[in-house]
Amino acid sequence: MGRFIHRRELSSLVRSISDGMRLLAVLLCAAQICAAQGPSAVPNIFKPASTPADSIHKLSVFVLIVTGLIFAVVFSLLAYAVVKFRHRPGQDNREPAQVYGSNQIELAWTVIPVLIVLVLFFATARVIQSVQNAAPPGGTLEVTAVGHQFWWEFRYPTYGVVTANELHIPASDLGTPTPTFVKLLSADTDHSFWVPQLAGKTDLIPNRKNSMWMEPHEPGIYLGQCAQYCGTQHAKMLLRVYVDTPTAFQTWIAAQKLPAADSNAVNAGRRVFEQTACINCHTIAGTVANGRFGPDLTHLMSRQTIASGAATNTHENLKQWIHNPETMKPGSLMPAMNLSDADLEALTLYLESLK
Amino acid sequence: MSSESISLVGVRAPSQPIGDVLTSWITTVDHKRLGILYILYAVLFLVVGGIEATIMRIQLIVPNNHFVSPQFFNQMFTVHGTTMIFFVAMPMVFGFGNYLVPLMIGARDMAFPRLNAFSFWLTAFGGVLLYFSFVGGNGLYGAGAAPDVGWFAYAPLTAKAFSIGHSTDFWTLSLLVSGFGSIGTAVNFVATIISMRCPGMTLGKMPLLAWMNLVTAGLVILAVSPLTAAQVMLCCDRFLGAHFFDTQAGGSAVLWMHFFWIFGHPEVYVLVIPSFAFISEIVPVFSRKPIFGYPVMVAATVGIGFVSMTVWAHHMFTVGMNSYANTFFAITTMVVGIPTGIKIFNWLGTMWGGRLILKTPMLFCIAFLFQFLIAGLTGIMLSAAPFNWQLSASYFVVAHFHYVIVGGILFAIFAASYYWFPKIGGRMYNETLGKVHFWLFVIGFHMTFDFMHIPGLLGMPRRIYTYEAGRGWDIWNLIVTLGAFVQGIAILIFVCNLLYSRFKGELAGNDPWDAWTLEWATSSPPAEYNFAKIPVVRSRRPLWDIKHPEDPDWKYEG
Amino acid sequence: MSSAELSASQIESQWSQPYKGTVGMLSLIAAESAIFTIFVVAYIFYIGKSISGPTPKILELPIFASICLLSSSLTIHLAVGALRKANYSTFKLLWFVTFALGTIFLTATGREWHHLIFDEGLTISTNLFGTTYYSLVGLHAFHVTVGLVGLLIVFLLSLVARVKQEHGERVEVFALYWHFVDAVWVVVFTVVYIVGR
Repeated sequence: MGRFIHRRELSSLVRSISDGMRLLAVLLCAAQICAAQGPSAVPNIFKPASTPADSIHKLSVFVLIVTGLIFAVVFSLLAYAVVKFRHRPGQDNREPAQVYGSNQIELAWTVIPVLIVLVLFFATARVIQSVQNAAPPGGTLEVTAVGHQFWWEFRYPTYGVVTANELHIPASDLGTPTPTFVKLLSADTDHSFWVPQLAGKTDLIPNRKNSMWMEPHEPGIYLGQCAQYCGTQHAKMLLRVYVDTPTAFQTWIAAQKLPAADSNAVNAGRRVFEQTACINCHTIAGTVANGRFGPDLTHLMSRQTIASGAATNTHENLKQWIHNPETMKPGSLMPAMNLSDADLEALTLYLESLK
Repeated sequence: MSSESISLVGVRAPSQPIGDVLTSWITTVDHKRLGILYILYAVLFLVVGGIEATIMRIQLIVPNNHFVSPQFFNQMFTVHGTTMIFFVAMPMVFGFGNYLVPLMIGARDMAFPRLNAFSFWLTAFGGVLLYFSFVGGNGLYGAGAAPDVGWFAYAPLTAKAFSIGHSTDFWTLSLLVSGFGSIGTAVNFVATIISMRCPGMTLGKMPLLAWMNLVTAGLVILAVSPLTAAQVMLCCDRFLGAHFFDTQAGGSAVLWMHFFWIFGHPEVYVLVIPSFAFISEIVPVFSRKPIFGYPVMVAATVGIGFVSMTVWAHHMFTVGMNSYANTFFAITTMVVGIPTGIKIFNWLGTMWGGRLILKTPMLFCIAFLFQFLIAGLTGIMLSAAPFNWQLSASYFVVAHFHYVIVGGILFAIFAASYYWFPKIGGRMYNETLGKVHFWLFVIGFHMTFDFMHIPGLLGMPRRIYTYEAGRGWDIWNLIVTLGAFVQGIAILIFVCNLLYSRFKGELAGNDPWDAWTLEWATSSPPAEYNFAKIPVVRSRRPLWDIKHPEDPDWKYEG
Repeated sequence: MSSAELSASQIESQWSQPYKGTVGMLSLIAAESAIFTIFVVAYIFYIGKSISGPTPKILELPIFASICLLSSSLTIHLAVGALRKANYSTFKLLWFVTFALGTIFLTATGREWHHLIFDEGLTISTNLFGTTYYSLVGLHAFHVTVGLVGLLIVFLLSLVARVKQEHGERVEVFALYWHFVDAVWVVVFTVVYIVGR
C-alpha cells in the first residue's frame, strides 16, 4: 500500500485554503454592502428590491459561499496532483505503488458531502417555506395576471381596473406592509412572470391557478420579461413593473378607474375603430368595444410602451404598429389592418386621446 | 478491415469493389462495425448541430440583430437541442459501448446482433425524419418547417391549435422511432453484460466501463419508455383528437412536464455515466495505477442510477408545485450530487501518487475533472429551489447544462476517441494536432460557457431570438459568440486529424498504451471474431496479470 | 482468492450465466412496464376530471373475458412444461387453447368497444375519460394482438413439427411475454373497472 499525502504538504495546503476562505468572505461582504437596493436598468438577481427576492438573495449568497469553498478545495487538490505527479522526462518508467483504495479515506469523503448536503438542505427548506407559504397581510393589493401570446393582461379586481403590459404596484413600508399578491393565469400556452429584482419567476399555465407575491421597498421601474417559451414572439413579451409611492399609486388607480376619454375632436378615428374589426379584440371602457383577445386600450396613453415593450409609445410607432405589426413584432397575433392613410392617421389620433 | 480474419502487419488485403464494401457495411451485424456507424453518424450530426448553434450565436451577437427571422431562430434552438441529445450524444454513447463492451468482457459479439443492427437503423431513420421536416413540415406558408416548440416541447404549445402543420409531428415521430432503437440497444446491452462474460469474469471483476454501460442500459429501459408513452399520447392528441394535454378539455400541461422530465432527467445520466466510464478506463492507464476504490465506484454508479429517477421535478420548480413537492425534489437533487462528487474524489485518488502521462486522452480527462466539478457545483446551486426560481429558464441554466454536456461529456468523448482510435483504426493519431485541438477547444469552451452564466444572473431568459440593448447583456453575448468560432476550428482539427491518421498514421500495434483490459489483447483493429480463444480471467486487470506474473492483481484485490 | 487458485479449465467448466433470451425478455418487460405505468398514471390522474360526457359508470365488468385471459397463463405454462417433456401433442393442444382464450378476450374487448362507441357515444376524443380509457385498454389490446401473432406463428411451426424439446428455453421466453400481458391486465382491470368506477 502506498502512502498518501505527506504531513508537511497537507498543512501548507490547509493554510493556503484557509487564507483563500478569509479573502473570499471579505470580498463577498464588500460586494453586498456596495450593492444598490433600488431599481436598475440591468435586471440583476443580486440587486433584490423586494422581500421575496431578498430572501432568495441571502440563500444564494450562502450557497455560493459553500460551493465556492468546495470548488477551492477540490480544484487545489486536482491542480496539485497534476503538477506533482506528472511524469517528467528522465524519470524512470517503473510503475508506481498499485493502490486499490482506502476505506478510511473513502468514508471521510462520503461523510463530509452528506453533512454539506444536510446544511444546504435545511437552509433551502426554510426559504421555500417562507416564500411559498407567506400569508397575505391586511393591506395586500390583489392583482390577477393573465398571460397571452405575446402580452400581459393585468386586472385589479378590488378596483375593477384592467390594463396591459405595464404593472403598477405600491411600494411597501416595513411598518405597515402593503405587498402585492398576484394570481397567475393563462389564456393560451405556458408563460412565466419574471422580474428578477422583485421575485423569483413563477409560471402561468392554462387551466391552472398559480400565485406569487412581491413586496418592493424602493419606487421606480423594474424590468423583466416572459421566461417560458410561448411561441414566436416570446422574446418580446416584456414586463415593466412601476413601483409607485402609495400616494402616486392611488392617483394612478383612480385615473385607471375612469371610463375612456371622450372628445369630439377624434370622432373620425373613433368611427374607424368601431367600424373595423378592432372592437372584436380590444376593450375601451365606456364604448361598444369589449373584446378580450387583445390588450385593454382604455388608458393606452398612460403607458410608456406598446406591443408589450416592443416599442415606445410614440405617434410614429403606434401608427406603424396598427398599419403592420409584422414589421415590429413578426409573429404577433394582431393582424395588419390595411387601412387607408387617412383612416390610419385618424385612428392613431383617436387612440392618442385615450389618456 | 472488411473481411480480414487476421491482420498481419504490413500486409494489405486486395481492395474490393465499392458496391460490395457498402453492402457489407449496410448489412453488418458485427458490433464493431455498428459501433463505428453510430460514431460516424454522431460526428456528422455534431457538425450539423454545431452549425445550428453558430447560427443562433450570430443572431445573438448584438442586440436587435436581424441575421435570421424569429421563426427560423425558434426552429434552430429546437432542432439543435433535439439533434445534440438524440442524434449526437446518444449514438456516441451507444457506439462506443457497442464497440467496447463485448471486447472488454471477452465476448465475440453482442447478445442479439440482428437486434443491434435494427436498433441502429431505427435511430438513424429517426434523425432523417427530424431533418426531413425542413422540407416536409408544411408550415404556415406551405413551405417546409422544422419543429419550433423547443426540445422539450411543452404542452399546450404542441397542441394542434398552437402548432399548425406537421412540424411538431416530425419531432414526435422522429423521437418515437429512435426511442425504439434506444430501447432495443439497451435490452441488448443488459443481456450481453449479464449473460456473455468470459469465464472468471464475475460481475465484481468486470471493467468499470461494462458496469457503467449496464447501469446506463437500465436507465434507458426505465426512462426512455416514459418518453415513448408521452409521445404516443401527444400523437393521440394531435391525430385522434384525444385530450391528454388539452387544457381546454380539462387536460393538464403540467402532466406533460412530469412525463417528459421523468425521461429527461435520467436521460442526462444516460449520457454522462458512459462518460464516467471513459474517464474510469483512461485515467488509471495514464496514471499507471488501478482505479481507486472500484467497489465504491460501482456502488456510486448504481446509486446514481436509482436516485436519478427521483429528481425530475427540479426542472419544474417554477410551475407552482406546493412547498412539500419543491422541498422533496430539492433534497433528492442534492443527494444525487453525493455519489457523483465521490467519483471525482476517486479519480483524484487514482491520479494521486501515480505517474501521470499527459498525452491527449489524459489531457481531455483532466479538463473533464475540472469542468465537471464546476458543472456539478452549478447544479447544486440550481438544486436550491428558491435560487432556482431566479436561475431557471435563464442563460445560467443553458450555461450549466452545456458545461456538463460539452465540458463533461464531449471532453470525455474526445478522450475516448483518441484513446481507442488506435484500436479501432489500427493507426496512431497525430499527438501534436491532438494537443492543438485540446488547447484551442479549452479556450473556446471557456470563452463561451464560463461567460454565458453572467447574462443569466443579469436576467436574460433562454430561447429568445433577440434582446433589448442596455440590459447589461451585450458584451457577454459577444464573447460567448466568439468562443463558438474557436470551438468550431478546434473540432475541424479533430476531424481532420483522425481522418488523415486513419490512412497515414503510424501503425499502432495491439497495445500502444500499455493498458490492462481485454480489448488490448486483440489486434488493432480486432479480427471479426474478436478472440481466437475466449479468454479466462482471474482479476479486474487481466493484462496486468499477464505482464506482471510475479505480482498479479488477483493476489491483492479484495 | 479462490478463483485464482483454480486452473483455467476448472474456471471454464464451473462458469455459468443466465440464459440471454430470458434476460433480454425481462429487460423488454421492464421497458414495457414503464410505458404502461405512464398510461396508468395518466388514467388515475384524470379520474373524475372530465368536464362533460360519459363517465366510467357506463362500464361493465369484463369478468368472462378476464377469466379467459388469465387462464391462458395457466395453459401456456402447462404447454411449455409439456414441450420440455417432449409431449408434443399435449403441447400443441394447450398452445392452441392459449391462442383461443386470447382470441376470445380480444373479441370481447372489441364487442365492448363497439357498444361504448355506438351505444354510449364514447370515443377517444369525447372527453378525458374516453381518452384515457381507450389509450390504456387499447395499448393492452395491442400487446395481446402481438402476443396472438406470436402464438399463431409458433402453433403453425409446431404443426409442421418444427418445434422440438430443445426449443423449450426459447418458447419459455415467449411465454414470459404472455405472462406479462396477463399481469398488465390485472393492473388495468383493477384501475379501470374497480378503482376508476
